[in-house]
Formats: sequence, C-alpha cells, structure tokens
Amino acid sequence: MNGPILELNQISMRFGRQNVLRNLTIHVKRGETLCVIGESGCGKTVLLKLMIGLLKPTRGVVKFDGQDLAGLKQHELAKMRIRFGFLFQMAALFDSLTIFDNVAFGLREHNLAEGDALTRIVAERLQEVGLPPGLEGKKPAELSGGQRKRVGLARALALNPEVMLYDEPTTGLDPIMTDVINELILQTQRTKKATGIVVTHEMKTVTKVADRVVMLYPLARLGPQDSQILYDGPPEGLEESPDLRVRQFVRGEAGERLRELAQQREAVTD
Amino acid sequence: MSSAHVSPSTQIPVLILETTPIHRVGQRVYDSVAEIGSLTEFSAITVSWLVRRWPRWSVLIPSFYAIGVSSVPVVAVTGTFIGMVLAVQAHTQFAMMGLETRLGSVINISLVKELGPVLAATMLAGRVGSSMAAELGTMRVTEQIDALSALGTNPISYLVVPRLLACVLLIPLLTLMADFMGVIGGAVVSTQFLRVDSYHYWYHSRQYVGGLDIFAGVLKSYFFGAAIALVSCHRGFHSKAGAEGVGKAATEAFVFSFIAILAIDFVIGILWNTVYYGIWPDTAGLL
Repeated sequence: MNGPILELNQISMRFGRQNVLRNLTIHVKRGETLCVIGESGCGKTVLLKLMIGLLKPTRGVVKFDGQDLAGLKQHELAKMRIRFGFLFQMAALFDSLTIFDNVAFGLREHNLAEGDALTRIVAERLQEVGLPPGLEGKKPAELSGGQRKRVGLARALALNPEVMLYDEPTTGLDPIMTDVINELILQTQRTKKATGIVVTHEMKTVTKVADRVVMLYPLARLGPQDSQILYDGPPEGLEESPDLRVRQFVRGEAGERLRELAQQREAVTD
Repeated sequence: MSSAHVSPSTQIPVLILETTPIHRVGQRVYDSVAEIGSLTEFSAITVSWLVRRWPRWSVLIPSFYAIGVSSVPVVAVTGTFIGMVLAVQAHTQFAMMGLETRLGSVINISLVKELGPVLAATMLAGRVGSSMAAELGTMRVTEQIDALSALGTNPISYLVVPRLLACVLLIPLLTLMADFMGVIGGAVVSTQFLRVDSYHYWYHSRQYVGGLDIFAGVLKSYFFGAAIALVSCHRGFHSKAGAEGVGKAATEAFVFSFIAILAIDFVIGILWNTVYYGIWPDTAGLL
C-alpha cells in the first residue's frame, strides 16, 4: 500500500474554552520518521493522542491505514491500537506491576504469547533496549529515569508495532542517556521498519532521527487566519526557513517571545 | 452578561464573563447534574464490561486481597467496639426499667440490621474507597490509564470491574464479620462487666433477632459495596492533575460514598418495609 499510514485532515481540538489545534492537516508516510516540534502548550502531545484515538477531535478526520477512527467500534479501536507503540513522556509504567509484567502486559492481554515464549520475548525486548538481565522482578519505582524510559520503549515494542509514537522521549534525561534513547529510536526505525512520530523539544533528537519535521505554534499567539504549522519539511531546511520564529526556535533564542513578555509586564504595571 | 475587551498588549479579543451569585448557583446545579450523569454513564459502562469480559484471576486476586482481606482487622475492631458501646450506653436506661435482660435483643437487632452494615461500609469507604480513588487518580495523572488504552486494553474492564466485584462480593462477608464481632463485644460487656444474666440475654436475643433480619443487613451491603466501588473509581478516573487533584479525588470518594450509603440505606429501608408489610401485614418490620 502506497498511501499515507496516518492522515489528519482539517483537525481542530478544543478543551472547554481553550482551542489547542486548528485546521491541522498532516499526512505521515509509511516508514518515515516525523518529528513534531514546537513550544510547550502548542498541542504536540494532543496530536499524538489524536493519532491513536485516545482523544477525539472536535472537528476533522483522523485516518489510520485508510480507516476513519471515528467510525470504529470500541473493540475495533482496541485491535487497531495494537498496531501502535506509544512511549509516554514519563514512561507511564504500571506502578503495581514488575518490569517483566509491564513488558509482557500487551502480549498477555491479547493472548499473543504465554509461558516460555512470553519469557523469551520479554527478555529479547529488554535486551534490545540495553537493559541488563536481573531487572525483570523489580518495580518501576526502583529504576532510574533513563531505565524507566527504556522499559517503556521495550513495552511499546513488545507487540511489534507498525507505528511508534514517542512523546518527548528524552525529556529529563542527561545528554548521554538522551543519545542512548535517540540511538534506540534509530535502531527501531532501521530494524523494525516502523513509522515513527516523535514529539520533542530537543534539536539533537530532530537532527539525528527525523526524515521530516513539522513545527507547530501555540494558537494563543496566532491570528485567526494564521496557519498553526510554521514549518513542514526536511530537518536540513529548518535553519534556512523564511519564518523567523522557526529559526529562533531551532537556535533556542527567545527573540519575539521576550518582547511579548516585556509588553505583558508593562501592561500589568500600567 | 459578557463583553469583549481587547487586550492592549496582544491585540487579541478576550472574553470576560461577569458572574453573579445566581450564575454561580446555576453553575453548581449544572455541574452536579452533569456529575450524576457522568457517574451513571460510568456505572453502565462498568456493568456492560462485567457482562462482556470476566477479569483474569491474576487481576482479581490482588483486588480481593486489598479490599477484603486487608480490611478484616479494621472492620473487626469497629464491629467489636460498636457492640461494646451499645451495651454501655443502653444498659443504664434498661436497668432503670428493670429490663437489663432485654439488652441483647436491642444490641443485636441494631447491629445486624443497621449499624453492622452501615458502619462496615463506612469503614470500607474510608479505607478502600479513598485508596482506590487515590490509586486510579495517580494512574490518570501519570498517564497509566492512557497507557492501558494505548495497549488495546479497556481501562474500565481492567481497573474498575475487578474492584467492583471485590467490593460487591466481599463487603457482605465483612458485614457478617462486623455483625458477629459486635454481637460478641456487646455480649461480653453486658454479661461479664455489667452483670446481665447470660441465659436471658441470649434467650431474648434469639426471640427478637431472626434470619430475615440478618439477611436484610447483608442485602443492603451488596448495594453499599457497589456504590463504594463505582463512586470511588469514578472519582479516581476523573481526578484533576497534581497532588491536590488526587487528594481531592480521595476525599470526594469518601464523602460521596458515605452520602450514597446513607441514601441507599434509606431507600432500601422504605422498599423493605413496603415488601415486608405486604407479605406480613400484622407484623412490624422497620428496617
């Protein structure tokens, strides 16, 4: 199949009175790794949750493999989600379960493996993400942040997903562990041939793993007719983008934002 | 009234809502109705999953242990003290009328019909209900509930159904234990410390307390168990972010469960009396 594996068409999302996404159209090709960047609060995580059907858009259509998610029944949606892997920002490991049970969770729930086969798959996945043997019996609270992220990745990979969703996979990690996680994303992309969508702030992650980059901008600071997507293209083009806000984000310069903050301070003082 | 203002710094229209006490009362009423609707929908979904998919034993057993076994000491102690306190409080009045030997019937009927089920359920709402709301609330704010969905598992089927089953199936047993411990506590204080004649104490108890009275108490406890599980899990699932949000969910779980217990007690009391008088019109049977 040559069509896009994921399609978001004219998506809008609103929580109460707050608009988060507006008329967003993004298509993700099979096998590509798309990085979604942008300031905090611009709706990147919401975008990921829309893709897997954890949230329903206020307006617009989300399609996975040509199927409109809104038309799926609960059990069909659950079946579809098995084709995704999701690495959550703080890993979201189940506190009450051991590392083994966390990684084995999806396989057990969907009766995909049991006994020796299950043990072998869990050991393989933990080995793939570089975790030493002996951690299986521990609880998530006994692990470091980097280890928890890797267990989260092992859990997401256990079901051999076609699409991997990463929500800020390197947030809160030291530079070495950040590079380890980036390498694991690359490794997953190469060995599993999975489509990847990576939400991140880290430009190192973008340059290392992305085939394509989409930059979103917070709606609160856009005019009613402005597009929320400031950039959509290869990572190499970010530095040369005609949009100052894109170049400033890539360089980590506050620029326009500093002026806005100063204006807001003045308004409060007056 | 609402009016549009333009913020000078951003030039973005800002909607300012002017609220009056009437607006606030209206909002509270609206929120309460929405909350009841949300709880009803949540309960219906839980029951539909209970019918569709029976939880694994590996999931059920920890819930049964946490809700049932771990609650045994607190319910036993509560039940014992209720019986003992009833004996102490009632003895003086009964002694003044020379009816000490009737103490057993009053203590035991109060225990099995009303105090045993209600106080056992209240203890469980405090111990188990708050804990369930806090646990599920933490899972909500740390995205563990989203992770369950992302792995193709329905969170209500996996998290709520086992807790509902544990509460509904085990609270009646805990109620029976609270009744038993209360009866023993009341009897020990009455016969050993207050010197009520043991033979007549038990004789009058047997005369006045029947199997139907015990059944009435146990029947109520099934509903109490369901209310505690559904209210507490609902609060946990709708917990707001942060430590404050989770703490609030735990507090609300207890408060709303307690209100639900009292309301259910009242409604079942009326229904029971209607049925009882319908079958035996010549007897009195206030539940």
